[in-house]
Amino acid sequence: MSTVNKPRSEGGHAFHFDNAEHEFETSKFGIWLFLCTEVLMFGGLFVAYFLFEHKFPETFIEGATYLDWKFGAVNTAVLLLSSFTMVLSIYYAQNNKTKQCVNMLFITLGCGFIFMGIKYLEYMHKIELGLLPGEMFSFTGEVGASNLGLYFSTYYMMTGLHGSHVLVGMGLIVWCIVRARRGEYNSKYFTTLECVGLFWHLVDLIWIYLFPLLYLVD
Amino acid sequence: MSGHHIIPFSVYRNVLLALLALTILTVAVAKPVSGFDAGVFNFLIAMGIASVKAGLVMAFFMQLKYDNKLYLAIIVSTVLFLALLFGIVMIDWASRAPVMSTL
Repeated sequence: MSTVNKPRSEGGHAFHFDNAEHEFETSKFGIWLFLCTEVLMFGGLFVAYFLFEHKFPETFIEGATYLDWKFGAVNTAVLLLSSFTMVLSIYYAQNNKTKQCVNMLFITLGCGFIFMGIKYLEYMHKIELGLLPGEMFSFTGEVGASNLGLYFSTYYMMTGLHGSHVLVGMGLIVWCIVRARRGEYNSKYFTTLECVGLFWHLVDLIWIYLFPLLYLVD
Repeated sequence: MSGHHIIPFSVYRNVLLALLALTILTVAVAKPVSGFDAGVFNFLIAMGIASVKAGLVMAFFMQLKYDNKLYLAIIVSTVLFLALLFGIVMIDWASRAPVMSTL
């Protein structure tokens, strides 16, 4: 049977679904449940942030002064732009414009590289100064608040987990680019593009909260 | 088909512009940047703006506004579970007898 060897023939669907839309909706349902677990995983870190920030407000205010909000703001804009180009890639797939779809995915991937590049510069700068998490904290400058290592534990854990999600998202986008270039996405089939897009938007969503919490603490 | 609703390009563009404008607003009302001081409200304003941005991303980029309401139900339940996580920890935090640390 053709569906076994070629489960994704043009406009086709796998044999255990009623139709292509049923398959599409089922995939999206699965991704949304996965995003739910992602939010709860980050939720634990957000709870930790609020508890520590409440107990050691001076530590968090001083800790944030070692971060440059300009880097954070640029990264926020870059991620928002990448979310925009991600939805445009789906938009062009829906309109059967393969070339534009691929271009938008490349821009999204480029934004991922810019984000991680800025993150790399920030991390390197802090590591050189000894602004490290917990007991590894070895900053030799003048420090006001006690236990600044706690702030940087929180900072590295939250941005590190977020950054690893960006890297995974970039890998998934490369996969989408390969498939899009083969012309696999069109108005009838763009399920993986949609699901990768949802994941990418979630990564953006988490950064929307991380930026004011970590960079703009008052 | 609900999942294959094509949203006009202009909607996406306007949402992006709104998100960028709100990012500028976030920075503009931050105390370490502008010196804007509204006490505890600084934090609430920052979280409020972030939530409006999150709402825009979910409604338009993630298509919740147009999609099957099942996905909306999932995200609402996620928020409820998150509130439960925060709530129980806060109850524990507020009702805990002081612990004398020797660290």
